[in-house]
Amino acid sequence: MATAAEMDALNLARAPLQPPRRRGLSAPLKRYFGTPLNALITLACLWLMVRLATAAWGWLVTRAVMEGGPEACKGGTGACWPFLAAKLRFMIFGFYPYDEHWRPALALALFLGAIIVSMMPRFWGRGLVWLWIAVPPICGVLMYGGVFGLPVVTTTNWGGLPLSFMLSFVGLALGFPLGVVLALARSSKLPAIQVIAIIFIEVVRGVPLVSILFMASVMLPLFMPDGLTVDKLLRAQVAIIIFAGAYIAETVRGGLQAVPKGQHEAAAALGLGYWLAMRKIILPQALKIVIPPLVNIFIGFFQDTTLVTIIGLLDFLDTVRASLRDPNWQGIAVIEGYVFAALVYAVFSYAMGAYSRFLERRLKTDHERSAPGG
Amino acid sequence: MAAPSSNPLRLLNDLRVRAVLYQVVAVALVVGIGLYLFGNVSRKLAEQNIATGFAYLDRPAGFVISQSFIAYDSSNSYARALLVGILNTVFVSIFAVLLSTVLGLVVGIARLSRNPMLSLLAKLYVEALRNVPLLLYLFLWYALIVAVFPPVREAWQPIPEVFVSNGGLIVPSLRWSPAHSGVLLAALAGVVLAFVVAGRLRRHRVATGIERRAWPIVLAASLLPPLLAALLLQPDLVVNWPEKGRFRITGGLQVTPEFTALLVGLGLSASAGIAEIVRAGILSVGRGQWEASRSVGLRDGQTMRLVVLPQALRVIVPPLTSSYLSTFKNSSLAIAIGYPDLVMVSNTTMNQTGQAIEGIAIFMLVYLGMSITISLFMNWYNARVALVER
Repeated sequence: MATAAEMDALNLARAPLQPPRRRGLSAPLKRYFGTPLNALITLACLWLMVRLATAAWGWLVTRAVMEGGPEACKGGTGACWPFLAAKLRFMIFGFYPYDEHWRPALALALFLGAIIVSMMPRFWGRGLVWLWIAVPPICGVLMYGGVFGLPVVTTTNWGGLPLSFMLSFVGLALGFPLGVVLALARSSKLPAIQVIAIIFIEVVRGVPLVSILFMASVMLPLFMPDGLTVDKLLRAQVAIIIFAGAYIAETVRGGLQAVPKGQHEAAAALGLGYWLAMRKIILPQALKIVIPPLVNIFIGFFQDTTLVTIIGLLDFLDTVRASLRDPNWQGIAVIEGYVFAALVYAVFSYAMGAYSRFLERRLKTDHERSAPGG
Repeated sequence: MAAPSSNPLRLLNDLRVRAVLYQVVAVALVVGIGLYLFGNVSRKLAEQNIATGFAYLDRPAGFVISQSFIAYDSSNSYARALLVGILNTVFVSIFAVLLSTVLGLVVGIARLSRNPMLSLLAKLYVEALRNVPLLLYLFLWYALIVAVFPPVREAWQPIPEVFVSNGGLIVPSLRWSPAHSGVLLAALAGVVLAFVVAGRLRRHRVATGIERRAWPIVLAASLLPPLLAALLLQPDLVVNWPEKGRFRITGGLQVTPEFTALLVGLGLSASAGIAEIVRAGILSVGRGQWEASRSVGLRDGQTMRLVVLPQALRVIVPPLTSSYLSTFKNSSLAIAIGYPDLVMVSNTTMNQTGQAIEGIAIFMLVYLGMSITISLFMNWYNARVALVER
């Protein structure tokens, strides 16, 4: 006796030109309710999402405390919005003098504006180099002051979001050349240079960032000659640059290895020396390949700058935590503070991640267009 | 100019001479900087009257550690305190790795589900975990544990003799003795034996083609050593019941909130990364493999288990290694929420002795050593998985 499947096959064989008849649910619905198990999964997911959404809505809106002071929030079961309103500026700018907040705000806006401009393919060109030569010093002058009648604000008063951005951006900006040099050294044919690079990279990558931060904050002052003190922010920055350098080196090395051997040989055939071949032929290709992973590394470093909290720097996470410890608000809005900080980090990280995916697609098509069949 | 004096300059055009020169300069630079820094350090240490050397390791530590897997009290030496810290680091890392692997596998497969609801939910999970710093999550989980669970005085008792409070989870435990350690070691030996036996049986099956039921033999191999050890060593079964005092609960096995927050934080964050690794690995297996295994009549679950995952493993293992390594290194964030891991114990030690260089050197060496061990092991495993190919 023929089973249903065999009958189907038979029918198909008899009338091969007819499109298969559709039975039951339409294709899109089938993906949700195709089998009993699938229907169950859909319903369970739906239930979970509705539960999460209603819980979030209740906490953020219906049960939330919208106005009042710490007293109003104490008894409430929802989110405490007055806490955010009262502490927002401290969370973003830390102990930077209150009347001078416009300076870090302007620096932050300039910096983010420059980032956004650099992200847009239509502005890619020589102009960007000038932009990035100009923007960091302007931001630095705005933050530190001392010229144009701006009062000096020492780095001990820097904090919050500008500090987080500074640590991660400068870390990457200075870690990048270090990483490229290390990558070149590691793929060099000279054994002594290769060994030095391998030891540096593997030691830094083999220990946690916390330990490098510790080393920088405790041991760096001992390493310096007498009379030279390095301030705490700079020490953390050095640690992050070293850490970033080692990770970027490995990424760049991946890019170097991805450049076909023929390119090296072609450069040699043209009579180019090592440095010229690297600068004109190999590195431009290798670096283009590693741009998307570098953006991912940057996301990682942006998140890792939170660790400077451990050595007592007031980054964004730490200003949020300091707000939670404010005597007026102590123990009242802990979850609110962390959720707010999480959202801020998530927005920036997600945006950069989305950009990395966009870059990957774009660079890929570029490559295929310029080298068909390559 | 005489010929000999121009020779050195002309030599510079020789690639081999230049290669040697570059290397000499690089080494000299590194050694020079090293000597300079070393000079600064030793002069400053002498000026500030800070002792050097590792003699302090034998002195009594004098501080309490809230969680320990070996007997420890404040009269024990610094060396033993550091050992407690190392064990705590290893312990939380192993559990976090297990948790993240299981969760990551499940979420990674869910992400590829043909059910759009399920894959959306898995995607939300991954994005929520990947885009927020781990340290923030640690603080958040810790704050949630403290906020959600009642204080010790009003501890919940879901089952008798089990206490849940913001001071941790407390369950009855066995009073530990060397005999118990013996049985535990024997159980580990049993697991190893089971793997060896399973490997032999598989090779036998492949060689002869005779299908025999393997699992009773493997099970017996895993159970035999601990049972034998239990019979020989006769460990006494004295239960250590928790007792509730006014402010704290004594006795029993205590799972501290710090440990829980760290485990959950590390495990969840790493699972998001692993989910992406698993997803990429499964996607790397060609469609043809799915179609072929369906046409030989395997069901979806069997296809995944027998055909796709073994091939995906080859792509999965190398990035999985770095994920495990970073979980292990990230456990050093424990210091932020007060879990007594290696870094925290070292930090206390450094504060007490003032010998920062030695303290940092010790924990860096331990991390480095363990990182290298993990990557060697995973490379070995990777080589094994890769060999399966042909």
